Amino acid sequence: MSLPVYICLFGVAVAAVLLCMVRALMGPTASDRLVAVDGMVTITTAMLVLLGLFLGRRIYIDVALVYAVLAFVGVIAVARYLEGGL
Amino acid sequence: MTAAAVIGACVMGFGVIFLLLGALGILRLPDVYNRLQAGTKCTTLGAFCAIVGVGIAEPDWIFKALIVAVFILLTNPISAHALARASYKSAVLPYDGTVVDKYGELGESEEAAGAPEAPGLTAGGRE
Repeated sequence: MSLPVYICLFGVAVAAVLLCMVRALMGPTASDRLVAVDGMVTITTAMLVLLGLFLGRRIYIDVALVYAVLAFVGVIAVARYLEGGL
Repeated sequence: MTAAAVIGACVMGFGVIFLLLGALGILRLPDVYNRLQAGTKCTTLGAFCAIVGVGIAEPDWIFKALIVAVFILLTNPISAHALARASYKSAVLPYDGTVVDKYGELGESEEAAGAPEAPGLTAGGRE
C-alpha cells in the first residue's frame, strides 16, 4: 500500500491518543484519568498492529498482544485499588 | 496495490475514525460514566476494525490478528465494568443532568431492609 494512506491512518490514531491524553492530564478525579488511560491503551494496541503492517514486521502483532494483556491486568488492578479492595 | 489491500485499508480507515470519535467522547462528555460509555464502545469497535483490516490486507497475518482482536473484544467490557464499579464505590458523583440511578436505589433499599441479598432480584423483578 502507498505511503500517504499509512500516514493518514496513523495520524488519525495519533490525534485520538492526544485527545485522550488531554483528558488524562486535566481530569478532575482519579477515575477520569483512569478512563482516559484505558482508552489510550486500546488505541495504542491498534496502533501497534497498524505499525507492524506499515513496517512489514510480523513480530509487532505479538507485541500488541502482550501489551493488551498487561494493560488489562493493570487497569483491573488500579480499579480494584480505587474501589478499596486492594 | 491489490484488491485485498484496498479493502483492508477501507476497514482500517473505518476503525481509525471510530477510535478518533471515542477519544473525542472521552474528552468532551460531562462525567465519568458518560466518558466510560463513549470511550469503551467506540474504542472497542475501532480497534477491532483496525486489527481485522490489517488481517485483510495481509492474509498471512489473519490468525494472529484475529487473536488480538478477539482478546480486545472480550477484555474491554470487563475493564469498563470494573472501572464503573470502582468509580461508583469511590463516590464519584454523576453530573447534574442525570435522571435515574438504579444502582443507588437498590443499595438504599438493601440498607433499609437489612438483608444481605436483594429479594427482588431472586423473586424475578423488583416491584
